[in-house]
Amino acid sequence: MKFFGFIAVVVVGTLLLVATGDFPGWGNPHSPASEGQVSGFYIEQTVNVTKVPNMVTAVLADFRGYDTMFETVVIFIAGIGIIAVLRTFGDTAGKASDYPEPDEGSDIIVRSTCHLMVPLIQLFALYVVAHGHHSPGGGFQGGVMLGASYILLALACGLPVAKRRMGERKAIVLAATGIIIYAGWGVACLFFGGNFLDYASLDPVLPGDKEMARSHSMLVVEIGVAFTVTAIMFAIYSNLATRGRLEKGL
Amino acid sequence: MTEHYPVVILMAPLFGALLATLLGRGRQVACWWTALIALGISALFAVGNICAVLASGEGELRYRMGGWHESSGYEVGIELRVDMLAALVVAAVTLVGFVNTIFAKTRVTGEMREKVSFYYALNQLLIVGLCGIVMTNDAFNLYVLIEITSLTSYALIAMGNRRAALSSFNYIIMGTIGASFYLLGVGYLYIKTGTLNIDDIRGVLQSGNLWGHASITIAFILIMLGVWIKMALFPLHGWLPNAYCYAPSAVSSFMAPLMTKVMVYVMLRVMLWLFGSEYVYSSGHVWGELIIWMSIIAIVAGSFLALARTDIKKMLTYLIVAEVGYMVGGAWLVNGAGLAGSMYHIFSDAAMTFCLFLAASIVILRTGDHRLTAFNGLFRRMPLTMIGFTVGALSMIGLPPTCGFFSKWYLISGGIEAGHWAYVAALLFSSLVNAVIFFRIFERAYFGNLKGVADEQFPDDRDSAPPLTLERVPCSMLIPLFLAVMAVLLVGIYNNTLVSWLKAAMPPL
Amino acid sequence: MELLAAGFIEDNIVPKFNYWIYVILMMIGLYAMITKNNLIKKLIGMAVFQTAIILFYVSIGVKEESGIPILGHGQHHEIVEEGKPSGEVITKDEFANPLPHVLMLTAIVVGVSTLGLALAISQRIHGSFGTLEEDEILDQLRPGGHD
Repeated sequence: MKFFGFIAVVVVGTLLLVATGDFPGWGNPHSPASEGQVSGFYIEQTVNVTKVPNMVTAVLADFRGYDTMFETVVIFIAGIGIIAVLRTFGDTAGKASDYPEPDEGSDIIVRSTCHLMVPLIQLFALYVVAHGHHSPGGGFQGGVMLGASYILLALACGLPVAKRRMGERKAIVLAATGIIIYAGWGVACLFFGGNFLDYASLDPVLPGDKEMARSHSMLVVEIGVAFTVTAIMFAIYSNLATRGRLEKGL
Repeated sequence: MTEHYPVVILMAPLFGALLATLLGRGRQVACWWTALIALGISALFAVGNICAVLASGEGELRYRMGGWHESSGYEVGIELRVDMLAALVVAAVTLVGFVNTIFAKTRVTGEMREKVSFYYALNQLLIVGLCGIVMTNDAFNLYVLIEITSLTSYALIAMGNRRAALSSFNYIIMGTIGASFYLLGVGYLYIKTGTLNIDDIRGVLQSGNLWGHASITIAFILIMLGVWIKMALFPLHGWLPNAYCYAPSAVSSFMAPLMTKVMVYVMLRVMLWLFGSEYVYSSGHVWGELIIWMSIIAIVAGSFLALARTDIKKMLTYLIVAEVGYMVGGAWLVNGAGLAGSMYHIFSDAAMTFCLFLAASIVILRTGDHRLTAFNGLFRRMPLTMIGFTVGALSMIGLPPTCGFFSKWYLISGGIEAGHWAYVAALLFSSLVNAVIFFRIFERAYFGNLKGVADEQFPDDRDSAPPLTLERVPCSMLIPLFLAVMAVLLVGIYNNTLVSWLKAAMPPL
Repeated sequence: MELLAAGFIEDNIVPKFNYWIYVILMMIGLYAMITKNNLIKKLIGMAVFQTAIILFYVSIGVKEESGIPILGHGQHHEIVEEGKPSGEVITKDEFANPLPHVLMLTAIVVGVSTLGLALAISQRIHGSFGTLEEDEILDQLRPGGHD
């Protein structure tokens, strides 16, 4: 098996390296990808058609918003998939000795620091979500931070403390709500006569002109993404850390 | 309104899945109704979509997500493209999903217990992913949707017993390699063309005359390898038999007919639309002949492996491996008949695999035995189920009124036209082996002793197993089987219409 | 001979080192996925494999003498508030291509999801087989299995 694997790796690796022969070099500004019409359109026109200075956010949430919606669905699938595979509903109470007895939180210094840190982390996460238009950031990044703040709470103060704030049911509802916001916003565009996810058609109900409608809509879908990512990150952690029992954990 | 049909097809199951998740535990009937209604809407609009494509002059519909139009000849957003082939595959996917939901009602309660809502959610998301794959016109979007279908199927398979979890793990490893190869191939194309839209990539390859570049050749090889892993072409089929065999029966009955077939569609799409037939079929490449031989090996090996199995489902999964060989071979014969046969076989194979898996699931459920011994004397005990099984089996063998005959007819005439006698021989050989396999089962079912080996091997089940009476097979299982039988027959009877539609969708060779 | 080798390195490796690195990383991952016996080691290989592809895509987006694809505050103000045509304020050369970054955000999410699901499944395998070594699992399956 090892020999066979080595041969396969060498063959594939050689194949991949042969292909690089006619690739443009590192950082070449005249490569087709950098010089192409699509990239040029994104760089020069994004600000005109969406008024968003961060092109990555605009491409993510608007030009390729359809991709991003399914990306959020991927996260959602991972979350409910893990729950579906791992979760045990109450019938394993007898053999809970796989992990050491949970201490209700670690020592007081850790807990106090955590209590100070969590609000700041969450505040910064909200800033990252909301400020994705102007600086690096957006729903995924902010959502992961929000999720991480709950994970920190669970690590420092024990899972029950974190579960009071983000229970399983709440996490599932929040995750589904996120996608409902995203996809629902896209469907709303249909009712205003546009194509799916055509945010410009929403300008009668949003402040500003068509371009601002796109900008505002991007914020809405980013918030939807942040909901889903927050809930699923914590759900993944809590299920993996407790083998799906959600009682005691690391 | 007509132009928004593709969105409705995708959004109905997506919202259905979210609703099923929100309903949560303890509301199984509500979850079932949600899935049924959502997939019903989806199927309805998919059929409407066929009419819309027929009515449109160009024979294809384009839908631009976000209303982004092209800029100086290149798409900046994501575009959907629905031609006749895509519309028909979407209709097949949603209809199979809908009928399977009816079938799943009684089955999942026993198999999934508290997780029924997750089953329905994942089931519908898988349908969303498959429909999206078929309709998208963006190479990267295709990757995202392939991953959606993969993730849902990993989770659905792993919901079974411990063997299912292990098979799902192997599927994850293989599936990730396949999807990553696809992604890498798309990256190679992007680096050379600077665009991701399938039509634009072909345009740039053509206008820039990039066909001779080694990197394009390697991108093609990578994408093909990725797609073959996903569709389980013979030497790369390792993950499929165990995954489909040990998955919960309500899962395998719709995953087996759909997943590999949609990946065959992706292969056709990559060959004919992403790279273009001039490139793929140009005589300068050695791969045409090579791939037909690979498909011949797949057909022969799949048939032999199926012959050697005593487990019903595992036998059927190896038959799928052989059928994948049919379609891959047909696509590389470089003539209209072969290509039409390959496309037509997507539908006929979906119909007959669905039919056989439904019948086999019912048999396994009623007898509690998953080996061929389960069929002993079944014609007397379960005549309706066995009639359904027989129709599916006759189609696999390739007898006239069923669709299996016509797809073989087109494939064989394509093989003769191309002068590829080994491929023709492999098809006939596979028919022969299928005949042996299924007549062996018919013999058991007609003449076998009901109190045969099954009871000796399963002493523990004897007390708990319900008596083998037909009344115990619920209508919610027989109606789907009946619909699947009708599909096998109708796809066969209307083969002329179907093939003429498919030929209209084909790009000129 | 040495000259030849030096020429090869100068022409093919130095300007294209990003491709070499990604191929090497990817092959390390692929080797681990194919040959390792422990399921977690396979998953580590899978993570390396996927990360190598992300590295490849991100390196496509590199453009010499260009910055991150976010307009400066001044530029944004001039275009949106003062109504200057964007062509006068910004040029294509000063920003990197945003598309590979967007694509890789998607690929990262997919990678994380796959890894999470795979870890959950391997926990289940460990729960029911008591081991994560593939050969030991297959040994357990042999007597009772019907394969």
